[in-house]
Amino acid sequence: MEYHFTLPVNKDKIKKLKVGDILYLTGEIFTARDETHHIMLKKNKHPFDPSEMALYHCGPLMKKDKGKWHVVSAGPTTSSRMEIFEDEFIKKFGTKIIIGKGGMGEKTQKALQKYTGVYVAYTGGAGALAAEKIKEVTGVYWLDELGMPEAAWIFKVKEFGPLIVAMDSYGKSIYKKLKKGK
Amino acid sequence: MYLENIKKGIVELIKKAETDLPLDVVNALKSAYKIETGVAKIQLEAILKNIDLAKKTKRPMCQDTGIQTFFITVGIDFPKILDLKKLIVDAVKTATIQIPIRPNTVDPLTGLNHKDNIGNYIPYITWDFTNGSDVSITAFPKGGGSENMSKLGMLKPGVGIDGVKNFIVDEVIKAGGNPCPPTIVGVGIGGGADLALKLGKKSLLRPVGIRSRDKKIAEIENELIKRINKSNIGPMGLGGKTTVLDVHIEMAHRHPASLPVGIVVQCWANRRAHMIIHKDGNWEMK
Repeated sequence: MEYHFTLPVNKDKIKKLKVGDILYLTGEIFTARDETHHIMLKKNKHPFDPSEMALYHCGPLMKKDKGKWHVVSAGPTTSSRMEIFEDEFIKKFGTKIIIGKGGMGEKTQKALQKYTGVYVAYTGGAGALAAEKIKEVTGVYWLDELGMPEAAWIFKVKEFGPLIVAMDSYGKSIYKKLKKGK
Repeated sequence: MYLENIKKGIVELIKKAETDLPLDVVNALKSAYKIETGVAKIQLEAILKNIDLAKKTKRPMCQDTGIQTFFITVGIDFPKILDLKKLIVDAVKTATIQIPIRPNTVDPLTGLNHKDNIGNYIPYITWDFTNGSDVSITAFPKGGGSENMSKLGMLKPGVGIDGVKNFIVDEVIKAGGNPCPPTIVGVGIGGGADLALKLGKKSLLRPVGIRSRDKKIAEIENELIKRINKSNIGPMGLGGKTTVLDVHIEMAHRHPASLPVGIVVQCWANRRAHMIIHKDGNWEMK
């Protein structure tokens, strides 16, 4: 099935998504890699409200032009690095959609099931294609402290995808299925 | 003016590597697209669209523009050999702003980003020397996601070549979707620990689809491609027939007690660009 969602989304909508479905997102998303997860969880800093946005595992390549930030290239980064944070992150911030690549582990899977969320995969390395779907940069946090890749960037996206539902809210994972098939 | 012109050429070289994927890789991805279905085909379609878009808009195909890595062969009659290192460093600084490429050099202790892609030992340059007066430079920006899947195995010589093959297949399957498959796997067998990994990385400079000149190694490469592609990991680890586009093996002699195997995984964005600088300062992309 193919779905086109506008953020924020409620739990009923998340429940519609099953492993293998295709999703396109419109609305606000924020980027967070290792360092941003660390700051938001361990140092308990959250200057923006992440609850209504999708979380994007991404360290974008940005350019400042006439005082305004623009996205040059912004594909996903490897999600498994965030496995050590993600269940806690979902619990604390109510994150319902996580966008990344490569898949995540058991702990995240359980949290997605418990709190009704999904992990969707975007094509790794497709940075130029992703940049086309990002319409506006509405904010950035911890840029000086963490540098461009690790900072938290807020993007307004339109029809961001195709995203493949890889882990759903029913405890199913496309990656687990593959491992069994080996 | 002479040096400035060469620096301009190196910036162009980095730009070409970051924005324009070599044809051998694009063709391999197109062949994969033809045989895949479903989710795997969707991934390859996005990859091919992305390659086209990056080339047309002259922007880096992937936001991870890598650690700037260069392989240089210097003709010993080139007049400005001692200026080459500084030229590369300056070109990387300029490219960071001009192209732009993502600032990717971080202090391992403090986590501070150097912001210009420069740092201790980085850009990473491998030097070689030859006769003549031309300088040959290959830019090989290497992304972090695939590099993280590198592996060194100090195997027991008793496991033999079958043990080597099993180690490679197991490690690539373990990496799953993390290194952005379909990947190109570079393997160095033999040498010491550092040489095995170095050869693994160097083997990635060989175009996709070209087998080793050594027939026995070529056979092993073919066997590994088949075995890994049976894993069904597929593009981006979402399932499919194409997990690797190619496997390249290079060999060195080893110590009787050691059997090092260095695996260096390269994402589908196997970015390489090549230039020749002549002694008069003129340069050309090859």
